[in-house]
This record gives sequence, structure tokens and C-alpha cells, in this order.
Amino acid sequence: MPGLEDLYREIILDHYRNPRNRGELTSPPALRVEGFNPLCGDEVVVYLDVDGDRIDDVRINGQGCSISQSSASMMSSAVKGKSLDEARKLIRAFKSLMSIHEQRLDGDGQPVDEPIAPEPGVALGDLEALQGVVKFPVRIKCATLSWNTLAQGLDEAENGAG
Amino acid sequence: MALDVTRVKKDFPLLDREVHGRRLVYLDSASSSQKPRAVLDAMDDVYETHYANTHRGVYAIAEEATAAYEGARGKLARFIGAAADRELIFTKNVTEAINLVAHSWARHNLGEGDAILLSEMEHHANLVPWLMLREERGVELRYLPVTDDGHLDVNDLDRLVDGVKLVSITAMSNVLGTLTPVREVADAAHAAGALLLVDAAQYVPHLPTDVAALGCDFLGFTGHKMLGPTGIGCLWGRESLLESMPAFLGGGEMIRDVRLDGWEPTEIPWKFEAGTQPIAEAIGLGAAVDYLEALGMRDVRAHEIALAGYALRTLKERYGDDITIFGPPDPNDRGGVISFTFRDVHPHDISQVLDESGVCVRAGHHCAKPLMRRLGVGATARASLYVYNDEADVDALADALQSVSDLFAR
Repeated sequence: MPGLEDLYREIILDHYRNPRNRGELTSPPALRVEGFNPLCGDEVVVYLDVDGDRIDDVRINGQGCSISQSSASMMSSAVKGKSLDEARKLIRAFKSLMSIHEQRLDGDGQPVDEPIAPEPGVALGDLEALQGVVKFPVRIKCATLSWNTLAQGLDEAENGAG
Repeated sequence: MALDVTRVKKDFPLLDREVHGRRLVYLDSASSSQKPRAVLDAMDDVYETHYANTHRGVYAIAEEATAAYEGARGKLARFIGAAADRELIFTKNVTEAINLVAHSWARHNLGEGDAILLSEMEHHANLVPWLMLREERGVELRYLPVTDDGHLDVNDLDRLVDGVKLVSITAMSNVLGTLTPVREVADAAHAAGALLLVDAAQYVPHLPTDVAALGCDFLGFTGHKMLGPTGIGCLWGRESLLESMPAFLGGGEMIRDVRLDGWEPTEIPWKFEAGTQPIAEAIGLGAAVDYLEALGMRDVRAHEIALAGYALRTLKERYGDDITIFGPPDPNDRGGVISFTFRDVHPHDISQVLDESGVCVRAGHHCAKPLMRRLGVGATARASLYVYNDEADVDALADALQSVSDLFAR
């Protein structure tokens, strides 16, 4: 039976109480992407200042529970200064940590449903503290909200640049 | 007579279980209620002894199933004071009941420039069907506001209702517990030449209901919030109105005749019941009505006034300004739905920590996002009471909130 201490680790509560990179960036030039969890009404706004291939700056706004807010805070620290490619690898590594499954058709047209594999060589650092969320399946959506929003922002950054 | 909650609890098998090694304290009946043994047995009995499709076979068990299904309709019709059984249409839930009126009555009678009056405290089920109609037909939507203490603000009712063709409001808010002045709104609607549809999803399970006294023209409610199964709800409508309305879903059972070049609908209520219905669910809901009537709806209401009063007092005494409770402060003005925020802890986190103590409360926007915006919050936690809850359950909630306070203390 998972306990609350698995979920509410001290580092998570610290990011919730003292969120990093909280605020806004002037948009444009910064990208502004909104994410919603329609089930609970949580919303996150991710601002990205992308210079060429690099995330120069990031800000997080919105409202949500301790899990969604701390995950967004840790994410902002983790991706700041990273290349778009590094950020994408981080997203996959985090989704792997969250045991997110990927459904697709394999080469023979057969449906495959398997967990996203860990990204070799990507260190999640503090984000590992969110591992306990996996034991509370309803809360996985809270933890991944900002990451899905970031992924959407990276898509827009690449499409906009191209 | 006061409810004997200790005995009532014993009728609900699920309430016997534990979660996380703690007694289950179920405080989410506004979302969906638990089911008494009598309802579960009634549904088992259908499948084990009387099951067949209704209104089709001439053999014995088909007759039995039909009689039980129509018998359930009669129980529900009497439960809400309908003039006749045929005024009671089985639907999937209250959402389908409202959509039935929106598709059948409203699309037949309303067009561009016609107005509908709703309120700011509606559930999405009584907003989205009308927003869809606005997009499709260009009808105008107006809204009765909500006062700061969570009452429906009817000060401007006469002006707002002027020129309106339909008024559709909740009888009891699923977020605030507020009881609304349905009769006053009905009289104003009728004086303005409008019809009144009442969303009674939170009302019928908790108060004696008499559609004639309420003065409404349509009333929708759902089975799973009143000790019945999921997948079954009801729309009551005045007979003449239902007669005048075109069919909703097309298919088997709702026809008098079908030719390759046309069709004719059958009579009400079956005109609105296309396809094989949730037969066991309807019969289970009939058993839930029997159960509630045996308790007595006046006693159910008296129990909830007393228990809501106890909950409001207890939470305020224990937590003072750390807890914000929304809705009318007088338990006589509300049902046993208590939405609150606690310190600055997000409702999801409140609910998660309460679960550790076996206490089930809902967290979120409760499918009423416009009301959340009016209250100036993104979400609330909501504890809701029913016949199987007692003061010990409220105490368990109050105790468990202390661990929320401890965990999130700065």
C-alpha cells in the first residue's frame, strides 16, 4: 500500500512552496503555451524564450495542485539552457519515469502497447522525487501536465523557426 | 422519526469495507451515491428470474420483465408527484433528460432571437446543451446571477425573464448546496409565457418532491445519485407538452408504424424510449425509491439539515479562518453539499491526504466552471452527505483535515 510519504516528498513540497522560474515572459517574442487538465481544472502556462536551438529562458504560470506545480517548477529548472533536442529527451525520460505507455502499430501493423523506454544518459536529478506519483495513477496527469505543454511549445518553436 | 443511521449503514455492503486500513467514510454522494442491498438484490433478481426484453415477447418472463419495468416507472412517477405514469420518461441520466428537451422541445420551438434564461450556478449538463443550441440556432442565453453568500439572485428575475421562452435552472446547486426558489421562478416564467425546466439531480434524492407544487413543466433527475444504479435517469414532463414534442432518438419501440417511405411515433412515454432500455437498472431504481420511501423523504431531509448544520459548525469551530465554506450559511437553505477550501492547499491535495484516512471527498470544479469563476476559485473540495452518513463521519473529516494541515504547514 503506497503511503503519502511516497507522494509528498520534501523536495516536491519545497518546489510547491517556492516555485522556480515562476512568472511570465513578454510574448511575443517569447512563446506562450497553455495546458489544461479538464478533469480537475488545473492550468499551466509555459513561456519559452528560444534562441535558435537553445531554451534561453523559461517561466511558468497558472494554478494547480502540489504535484502539477512542483513538477512544472522542477521542469523549468531542468530545461533552462538546454537545446531543443535535449529538452525532448528530457520529456521522454520523464514520461518513462511516469510509466507512460505508448500505443502504436509495429512494422507488421500489429498494435503495440509498451512503456516508453528510459533515455540512456539523461539524468533527471530532483525530478526522480516524482517517481512516487506512479503509485497514485490519478495523479500522473498532474505530474505530466506541464511536460505535455512544454512538448507542444517545442513543436511550435520548431515549426515557427522552420 | 429520526433516521437510524447505524441501521441504514448496515444496508450498504460497500460501507463495510476499509481503505488504507481505515473505516471507509464516504462523503461523495453528490457525485454518486452507494447502493443498498435491496437495490443490488432487485437487479440480481431480474437477471436470475425475470429477464427478457420488455414490450416485445408474449411469453411469461417477457410479461414479468415488462411488468417490473413499467412498475418501476409507476414508482418513480408517484415519488415525484406526477399526474400519470406516462409523464415519466426513462433516460440514461439527467444529462440525457436535459438534452432530450433541448433536442426535441427547444429545436422544435426556438429559433434565432428567442431567449433562454439559465443561472450562473448550473452544472455543465444544464449549460452545454443550451450553448450548443445557441451556436446552432442563434438563441440568446441569459443568466440569473449568484449572490456572494451563494443564493440564486432573483432580484432582477422579472426583467431577465421578460421575452424568454424557456427557463432552465437547478433546484439545488451541486457545488453550493443552495436550494433555489423554484416556485417563484416557475410563477415568473409562466407569467412571461415561458416554460420551466428544473435540473433536480441533487434535489430528488434528498427532499420530498412534488412537481405540481414546484410548478415546473419539465424536471430531470438521475438514478445513481439516489441509491439507484448508473445508466438510468428520468425526465418528467407535463403530458400535453410531451404529446406535442417530436421524438428524440429514432429506433425500435418508439414507433407505431414504419414503412419504407415513412414512420409514425408511438404514444408517450415510449415515444421517447428508443431501443432496448436499461431494464434491470430501471427496476433497480424502483427498488431505490422503495428504500427511500421506507426511510421517509421528510426524515431524510430532516436528517440532512441536522447533519449539514453539525458539519458547518464543526468545521468552523475546528478550523476558523483556515477553512472557507461556500454557499448559504443556514442549513435550512441548503442540502448536505459542503464545498470548501482549506488554507492554501489545493483541493486535489486535500482529497489525496483525506483518502489516507479513508475519507472520500471530491476535488475539482464539479462540472460547474462558470460558478467556480464567479466564486473566484479554480477548484474546491466538496464533502456531501446522505442517509448513511452520521456525525462520526463528519468528525472523521474534521480529524483528517488536521493531517492536511500538518503536511502542508509552511
